[in-house]
Order: sequence, then structure tokens, then C-alpha cells
Amino acid sequence: MIKKTMRLWLAAALVLVTTGANASLEIVITEGVDNARPIGVVPFSWKGNGELPGELASVVRADLMRSGKFNPMAPDEMPQYPSTASDVSYSGWAGKGIDTLLVGSIEQQGGNRYKVSYELIDVLRGQATGGKRGNDHVIVKREAVINASDFRQYAHRISDVVYEELTGQRGAFLTRIAYVVVKDRKTNKLPYQLVISDYDGENETRLLSSPEPLMSPSWSPDGEKLTYVSFENKRPQIFIQDIYTMKRERMTDFPGINGAPVFSPDGKKLAMVLSKDGNPEVYVMDIASKELRRITRNRAIDTEPSWTPDGKSLIFSSERGGKPQIYRVNLGTGKVRRQTFDGEQNLGATITPDGKEMVLVNQTKGDYRIARQGLEDGSIQVLTRTYLDESPSIAPNGSMIIYSTLHNGTQVLSLVSLDGRFKARLPASDGQVKSPSWSPFLF
Amino acid sequence: MQLNKVMRSFVIALPVVTMMACSSGPSEEELAAERNRVAQEQAEAERQAREAEEQRVQAEAAQRMQRQEEMVQEQLEALKEEQTVYFDFDRATIKSEFREILDKHAEFLVQNPDQEVVIEGHTDSRGTPEYNIALGERRAQAVETYLMNAGVSSDQLSTVSYGEEKPAVMGSTEYAMAQNRRGVVVYQ
Repeated sequence: MIKKTMRLWLAAALVLVTTGANASLEIVITEGVDNARPIGVVPFSWKGNGELPGELASVVRADLMRSGKFNPMAPDEMPQYPSTASDVSYSGWAGKGIDTLLVGSIEQQGGNRYKVSYELIDVLRGQATGGKRGNDHVIVKREAVINASDFRQYAHRISDVVYEELTGQRGAFLTRIAYVVVKDRKTNKLPYQLVISDYDGENETRLLSSPEPLMSPSWSPDGEKLTYVSFENKRPQIFIQDIYTMKRERMTDFPGINGAPVFSPDGKKLAMVLSKDGNPEVYVMDIASKELRRITRNRAIDTEPSWTPDGKSLIFSSERGGKPQIYRVNLGTGKVRRQTFDGEQNLGATITPDGKEMVLVNQTKGDYRIARQGLEDGSIQVLTRTYLDESPSIAPNGSMIIYSTLHNGTQVLSLVSLDGRFKARLPASDGQVKSPSWSPFLF
Repeated sequence: MQLNKVMRSFVIALPVVTMMACSSGPSEEELAAERNRVAQEQAEAERQAREAEEQRVQAEAAQRMQRQEEMVQEQLEALKEEQTVYFDFDRATIKSEFREILDKHAEFLVQNPDQEVVIEGHTDSRGTPEYNIALGERRAQAVETYLMNAGVSSDQLSTVSYGEEKPAVMGSTEYAMAQNRRGVVVYQ
């Protein structure tokens, strides 16, 4: 755990020395704020010399807003600015429709050390007891000492705590995304770029720039490596790259397609697609020995493998029934079962972290949309209304899907909550953005 | 070679000169030597003529070759102008209107068995990137099979699918999509 934390800070330092990728992702929430739960995140009080070294409350507000589950109140609409539970005027907040409140303080402890304290407060409970029955209305009270450079990370940590307390689900604010940026090929010698950033688009790091396409980044389960496809040698090859040391290893160089690599849940294998035997088939490679096992054997296209969380099965897209549909293969018995029946085509499926559902690209009447379907019951629920949706990737807590879509003629990343209520767009300042992949939990 | 011959005639000429010193009028040996000399001169002249003829033939052959190379180059340039065939949505069958183009490539490749080509398969942006890689490969293979059926050696042909990753025309208009569903014969 400590090692991982150290490495994460190391990566943050790396951002400072590498040049920015110039594709910073903004967020435009397009739907779903109305049904979100109101919350007050009060600016933290500050005791120290000069300027605050970083933001906390505003980062927490942005996190909670972006989760789709909360609608944080704007600071200028707040009735007061308390920094501890004892300062809160409960009726004032209740009157504004706020039933949960986060208050806190930051105190400089000399040098580079800052003491951060915060409390999450149940306003209605506090109003009922007048805050006088012990600390019964304080849901969480925490304190920590952090460095100046840790403010943003610590704010995400607070968001995780608030989210988990109020929803019962682990927060995914300390996660990252990997994606491919494609700049104008006429004016850039290295238009294809593999980029990672914090889940909110901050701290972008470019892992690789290439004159030829880069595809299909996907995280290792420990969040330390990426596997992807690079055409840098004028043909597709699968690589694994350590995101901290930047060291990489070429895993495949077979004739034909070398594509769609995904780590197994135990991190020891890669599922992939190879066409070396004539047409695209799903294989599993043991990473240490590079030994291959062929999983599918069919004259039709088989592609887009994705692991079940127990690592015992794969789901994949196949044209064996005519148009592409999702199938599931048991790796122990080799038994194959069709999973989707609704819509003209279903492709690019991944299984939710709880193993109960899958998220996929559904094509109905020519429209490609992100949809979900239970693994046991077969009905499909279309979640999006955007155009040419592809490459869905699910947050490790199963709350949100990031995917690639076309907006005003440009490929952009978009978010949709698993219930379909919250929708947002992440337009980049420069270039097409595609193939997003959400990291596992990093802490 | 030339020097060797000169040396050899010296070896023959030296005893003749010594004999001339002790007799008057041409002897049989002297006449024989003279005949020998004339014959040698004739042979030398013939050899020079033969060499000149060979040089002329060689020069002509070189010229012919250069003309041929120029023609091959011209053919290649013309073929590079017509290196793309287009496909229908989600299909990988060669449309009849593109057979003529592929036949020209096949004819050239059969005549130039050292020439290698890479056939690229591309798709429009509909569908998922991985599915499109598979579809692009199918298109590249359709072109490859067509050329092989027309007599081109498989040693001259290889394929690569770029799926939807290298569009010829940006955007999602019908025109752009039609331009992007393509197979491209790329000369190496």
C-alpha cells in the first residue's frame, strides 16, 4: 500500500517534467443534475500564512457533481460558512433544502505540513436534536496532516469517504483513465498519442507518441501497467508498458491481427485476438511464458474478449450467427453460449465489477448506443442518445461508464451513469479522443 | 592479358633477331615469322571489331533496359494513381467496377515478380474499433485473394488492417464514410 502511494506521487511528479498532452478534458454535464441529491460542501476555513497551497472543497464539489449522485450547492448561495459541526445553523441549511453538509478547516503546521479536519453532518438529525445529543448528527469526523503537493489527491480521498458514507458504494475518485488522442495527421508527425490522466482529466501524462495508430489501451489489475496495440512497426503488435518506469515489452508479433488485449483479473494472462490462423480468433496468453491457448475455433469473426470477474469465463463478440452478437465461453469446459438477442448487432461488451451485468454497444436501426443487459435476464436497456458510441469502460465501483462518441464531427469521451440518468461530455481542447479505459482502484 | 601477349611475341622474336645477324636475305624462318606477324595483326583487328560490336550490342541492351525500366516506372506511377478500391457498408466483396483496376495491378505484378505490395484494409467509423479491425482485414484479404486468383504469387502480397484508425476523409458524412471503406494496394 505504501509502495503504491509512493509510486502515485512519483507519477504526479513525472507530470511536471513531461510536456503536457494539450488535450485537457473539460466536463460538460448534459443531463441528470435534477435528480441528484443536494449537498453543501462549505469552503474549508484557512489558518496560515499567505495563500492556500491547494483547493479542497472545490475539488470535492466537482467530484460529487461528476458522480451524478449529488448536486452540490454553489458557495455564493450558502446561508453561512461554518468550519465545524458546532458552528452549523441547522435550520438555515434545512430551509435551503440541504440535508447533508461537509465542513472543514486547514491549518498550517509550519513548513510544508498542513492539518486538515473535516466533518460530514446530517443536517436533519442535527436540526431534530439541536446538535445537543452527543455527536449523533456527525456522520464522519476525520483529521490528517498532509503536504502542500497532496491537496488534490487528499480532496479525492475526502470525496471517496463522503460518497461511500452516503451511497454505501465505494467511491472511484482516486482512479485514472487511459485513452488515445489523435491529432491532425496532416500537421503532426506523431499524431497518435497514448495518454493517462486522473479520472477527472487532471495530471495528463503522455506515455507514447507515434506516427502510426495506437489502439485498445487496457489496465493491469494492480493499476501499474497498460497493455495496448501499436502499429509503430507498420503492423499491429501488442505491448505491455509500466506507467511508472515507462519500460515496455512487446508481447506479440504474429502475421495478421494482433488486437484487443485485456489482462485477466489475476494479472497473469492476456486475452487477445490473433488472426495468424486465417481469421480473427480469441486466444489467452500466459504473460510469463508467452504460451498461447486458442479459445475460439470458428470461421466467423470472433473478437473483443472481456473477462468475467472470477477469471473463469470470457465474453466476446462473434459473427457466427450472422451479425455480431455477444457470446460467453467457459474456459474450463470450452462451452459457448449466446448472451444477446435484442437489436441488430451487439458488440464490445464488458462485465460490471459485480459480475451481474454487461455493458455493450447495441446497434438498433443503424444507431450505435451504449446499453446494459443482465447476464442472466436477456433484456437490453439503452443508456445513451449520442452518435456512434463505442469503447465503453466501466468505473471500478460500477457507477459510471466512460465511452467514445461523435459530437459535432469530433470524437470525444462521454460519461453515462449505469442507471442512464446522468450524462456528461468530456471535450478535449485539441484532437480526437478515443478508446478510454478506466483504471482499477488505485488505493 | 594484353601484356602477356606482348611478352610472348618477344620470346618468339628474340631468336629470330639473333639468326638475322649471321645470314643474308630472308630465310624460311624469316618468311615464316613475317607470315606469323601478319596473321597476328589480322587476328588483332578481328578481335577489336568483335569487341566494338559487343560494346554496341551492350549499349543497345542497356538502352533497351533503361527504356523498359522507364516504362515500368511509368506503369508503376499510373498504378499508384489507381491504388484504391471501395466497399459497401459492412461488406468485403470486390465490386465489379473495381476488377479492371485490380487486373492492371495483377498484370504488372505477374510481369515483375520481384515487386512486393502491402494491401491495406480500412473501414468507416461505424461499429467498434476491434470489429472494424476484423472487417478491414477481411477487405484486405478479399483484394489479396483477387490478385492471387489473377496469377500473382503469394510471396509478393501481404495485408494489414487499420480498421477505422486511418480515415482518408475526416467526418461522418455519407461521402466521408464511403471514401473510408477501402482497400489500398501499396507498392513497397
